[in-house]
Amino acid sequence: MHGLANPARFLRIARWLMPLCLSAGLVVMLGALGWGLFFAPAERLQGETVRIVYIHVPAAWLGMAGWMGIAAAGFAELVWRHPLAGIAARACAVPGAVFTGVCLLTGSLWGRPAWGTWWVWDGRLTSMLVLLFLYFGWMALSQASEDSNGGQSRAPAIFGLVGAVNIPIIHYSVIWWNSQHQAPSITMGKSAMAGDFLWPLLLATLGFTLVFAGSALARMRAILANQQAEARLRRKALNEVYRTP
Amino acid sequence: MREAMDPWTFVAASYVVGLGATLGLVAWSLLSMRRAEKRRDAARKR
Repeated sequence: MHGLANPARFLRIARWLMPLCLSAGLVVMLGALGWGLFFAPAERLQGETVRIVYIHVPAAWLGMAGWMGIAAAGFAELVWRHPLAGIAARACAVPGAVFTGVCLLTGSLWGRPAWGTWWVWDGRLTSMLVLLFLYFGWMALSQASEDSNGGQSRAPAIFGLVGAVNIPIIHYSVIWWNSQHQAPSITMGKSAMAGDFLWPLLLATLGFTLVFAGSALARMRAILANQQAEARLRRKALNEVYRTP
Repeated sequence: MREAMDPWTFVAASYVVGLGATLGLVAWSLLSMRRAEKRRDAARKR
């Protein structure tokens, strides 16, 4: 990780890794969604609506993974003062918020035919909504705490770490409290899902994850390029000021 | 009595939301990166 502390070295890697992640991710994601939509069977109880799982579950995973990325980057920033940690956190925020929003919307679209309601205020749905608000708060704080050199204060890093408390709450909400939402179907090394549903789901999750990684790398490149442009313009302006008699 | 609902309406809406948001995110990330890198190159040339 410390090997990537040099932005020039990071950019050398990101230049080939970003297009690779995006193109492979889009191919795998579209293939898996096509499999889930046209070739996977309907489920015995839920019928055709089970096909929403191939969008909903990867989006839920990436909504939570995005916040774990923010928290890990916050930790690296606070402990090691890693120069790219703040940039990595900012790059994870928008994709994480987008996938959290997709999870909530597709969950609502699944809830209507499956439960007969668009929304219930139970532990899983509410904690996921809280995650979306945490993303909005983090983005506002991050923008507000940016200093004139393109750097940031430590407040977003601390907020990211504190907000990570919500991740186990989301995960265990269906176990701790009575919930309309089903209990986890996939746990470490075990799955209650039949292979016909599991394989396209795992493939879709891989595809969406690669797309998330590619988008985050593109965001990191954008943030770094903006910082470099700002620094150069500032240096030129200072040179001109000192040159003027 | 159970309401008759066409499940494909909900499936199609979910795929439109999921794919639309994902492709929109990719396009926005790439465009903002291109714009920022162009700005940096222009600042270098000045």
